[in-house]
Amino acid sequence: MVVADECFDATAVAALLQPVVDRHRRDPLRLLQILREAQEVLGYLPRTALTAIADAVELPRARVEGVAGFYSFLHLQPVGRYRILFSDNVTDRMLGSVELMDRLCHRLWIERGKVSEDGLVSVDTTSCTGMCDQGPALLVNGRPLTRLSAERIDRISELVRAQVAVSDWPEEWFLVADNIRRRDVLLATASTPGEAMRAAVARGREPLLDELKRSNLRGRGGAGFTTHTKWEAARCAPCRDPQGGRYLVCNADEGEPGTFKDRVLLASHADLVFDGMSVAAFAIGARQGLLYLRGEYAWLLPALNENLARRRRNGLLGVAACGQQDWNFDIDIHLGAGAYVCGEETALLESLEGRRGVPRIRPPYPAQQGYRGQPTVVNNVETLCKVGLIALRGGDWFAGLGTKQSTGTKLLSIAGDVESPGVYEYPFGVSIDQVLHDCGAGNAQAVQVGGPSGSCLALHEFTRRIAFEDVPTAGAFTVFGAHRDLFEVARNFAHFFAHESCGFCTPCRVGTTLVANCMDKIARGDGSQYDINEIFRIHRLLHAASHCGLGQTACNPLFDTLNKFRPAYERRLRSLDFVPAFDLDQSLSIARQMTVRDDPAAHFGPAAGVQRAER
Amino acid sequence: MNTPTLLLDGLPVPFSVGQTIMEAATAAGIFIPHLCHHPDFKPQGSCKLCTVKANGRYVSACTMPAKDGMEVENNSPDLNDKRRTLLQMLFVEGNHFCPSCEKSGDCLLQALAYELEMLTAHFPQFYPDRPVDASHPEVLLDFNRCILCELCVRASREVDGKNVFALSGRGIGKHLIVNAESGRLADTGFSLADKAAHVCPVGVILAKRRGFLQPIGCRRYDRQPIGMQFASPPGSGGNGPEH
Ligand SMILES: Cc1cc2nc3c(=O)[nH]c(=O)nc-3n(C[C@H](O)[C@H](O)[C@H](O)COP(=O)(O)O)c2cc1C
Ligand code: SF4
Ligand code: SF4
Ligand code: FES
Repeated sequence: MVVADECFDATAVAALLQPVVDRHRRDPLRLLQILREAQEVLGYLPRTALTAIADAVELPRARVEGVAGFYSFLHLQPVGRYRILFSDNVTDRMLGSVELMDRLCHRLWIERGKVSEDGLVSVDTTSCTGMCDQGPALLVNGRPLTRLSAERIDRISELVRAQVAVSDWPEEWFLVADNIRRRDVLLATASTPGEAMRAAVARGREPLLDELKRSNLRGRGGAGFTTHTKWEAARCAPCRDPQGGRYLVCNADEGEPGTFKDRVLLASHADLVFDGMSVAAFAIGARQGLLYLRGEYAWLLPALNENLARRRRNGLLGVAACGQQDWNFDIDIHLGAGAYVCGEETALLESLEGRRGVPRIRPPYPAQQGYRGQPTVVNNVETLCKVGLIALRGGDWFAGLGTKQSTGTKLLSIAGDVESPGVYEYPFGVSIDQVLHDCGAGNAQAVQVGGPSGSCLALHEFTRRIAFEDVPTAGAFTVFGAHRDLFEVARNFAHFFAHESCGFCTPCRVGTTLVANCMDKIARGDGSQYDINEIFRIHRLLHAASHCGLGQTACNPLFDTLNKFRPAYERRLRSLDFVPAFDLDQSLSIARQMTVRDDPAAHFGPAAGVQRAER
Repeated sequence: MNTPTLLLDGLPVPFSVGQTIMEAATAAGIFIPHLCHHPDFKPQGSCKLCTVKANGRYVSACTMPAKDGMEVENNSPDLNDKRRTLLQMLFVEGNHFCPSCEKSGDCLLQALAYELEMLTAHFPQFYPDRPVDASHPEVLLDFNRCILCELCVRASREVDGKNVFALSGRGIGKHLIVNAESGRLADTGFSLADKAAHVCPVGVILAKRRGFLQPIGCRRYDRQPIGMQFASPPGSGGNGPEH
């Protein structure tokens, strides 16, 4: 049965939600966590639930509704009891996800994006789920299901129709492989839990910071800021509220389509991640660490929480952590709810504080005023693992790896037209050619490095190197074989950004939608040189005027493919002049019907034009 | 100590520490186009109309702190072209039919479109479906014209202490909501006496039964283009507009 809004009577809802809000101490900063859990209880977030939650956390109701309305995984309308979301990254598409979704919809007799009439099931797409090395993938009620095939789809439709609980579906469907293909210093390290942390404490704070400086480690989350500089800034910034202290945040949002290396680190090297967080917290004097885990990775949560509990038992966390009498330190995990922009560090802080994931105005930077207005360091998962290694083996050792400006190694998430997709660790400076050779990319025409917001490299650039001084990347490395259509790749990216724009600033909110529409127009065969010029123009505006990195880089892949793979666009163009987005003649059809006229003069187009000229 | 000074299109503009580029310019009687900025409220930085080039980098004048010796480019063909495009984006995003709008002549969006010589909306219209809320006895909400500047949100929160307005949705689906389970303005504590009832720079929040009290053609921006209204510094008898 569809659970209609009116079935959720206010008193009943408030009673149902009481344990949830109490568990979170009715803390407005935990609003996103509360909304997530309320939805787990009720299936979706009916209007009465938003009112009840607003009352409990003492926030205006509209603020609560605004937060609930921001995140893709929170629902203000009833959803199916089986919520199936196909990962819509370009690699999933290359592996046939579109056809598989059609097949499932067909077999279940439903329309994409709509809930079946009996409220049983809904099928839609979601942005990249971080499973590109084992796609096509989907999420069913939040659980990832990888390596889809036609047979699996048919089985899924049967299980849904028979209403078999997802927990009773074949266990092997939910297996997520690590697919580690090349190990270097990080992935080959088998440290025991707490080892890096103890090494850091043994060194002492100042010498530790010194090692970090010597290592010249740069952030692995994309921007490549020197980690030591960021830490120093946070360590030296005054606390506005001395009681609050400093914060260390691990950015595990990993929303960039095509990356999945943080997933592997969290799944199989969680101890190194937590050690790195502890080392960083020790260095900057933080008492609280927060790990922001993207909603798509919620399946990792139980194991991560178990790990934290174990660390507490072993004295690595909590009062006098790691035997340091004056240091109380603990780590808390927050779950996101489907919003790529929350990977941007200030949007992430907003989300951590239970608000809409809108990037903050900078300055001030998080190092000065971050979580709760206190000095905060935000670091990527991989960066923190590297921090652990540096605590263990020293800065000089690390600086000896990679290149001068890009020290150490880099994890690449390789997917697309390759024989062995997965995670590869290389010292910085490795050439694109070498990587392509190692992963078995026989016939590549292009590589998208750094995901949609990165850069698209063509054949003649394959001698270039992965490093901040040449081709920087947060880790995505997506290969496109000669038979792929780069226009369709760019179109997929355009839709991704339009979907993920937070909507705060005008250029990105409207511009990304205009660009996506423009690409659809070209795809329909209604494009012209005019549309290509439009894309360039919007690209320049977004680059210059957007509030955050999302808008600034949103058109990069289009810019690259337009410059390097122009034929992919041009062979679609109907003419080199302007072609309108709508069909004038078609628009007149209703008027023709109403006036019962269908003579040539009632038509637009070449034939009608001749007639008019004759008159 | 010397007063800190920045150069705005080559003109020295003194300012006091803590001021933004926008504040420094306004104090000097220099107009930087803006929509979401209002001197009474904390800067928001979302419309991006105030985009200027400071020391070679594009920044929002309303949020960027002024720095001594900063060279700011404001009134240049490149920047005005970008602003025109931003205006066009706002025009196609909503449903703006100026000839029938009660706000015509008093509307900041329209005034800027004239100021920056925006002749057409250029982009294909989105024609969003944004139902009007006429539930309130005193005030009409015509969401068709909302440019999401959040001035009403800020006014209601900071001045009225009522939190009547908020934003929901994201991306192109971002929209204004009111603080009621029914979603209707009548079920909030909103009143015409609220500050938030009077800050809307466009024609969304409109007092009922006052339509066209002042004829179109005699209204604020009909009398003088918005850029001119800034030409004389405040206090010198000129009328710096309230927005
Ligand atoms: C739209 C956007 C999305 C981002 N997503 C991520 C992400 O998923 N993970 C991440 O570590 N950094 C992401 N970043 C970069 C972060 O803002 C920040 O630079 C990074 O977490 C800092 O960590 P690092 O210094 O260790 O690299 C993103 C940035 C932008 C603009
Ligand atoms: S650039 Fe896009 S994502 Fe970033 S603040 Fe603006 S609208 Fe939001
Ligand atoms: S209603 Fe008016 S004041 Fe409020 S956000 Fe929309 S345009 Fe701005
Ligand atoms: S006035 Fe500065 S961004 Fe709107």
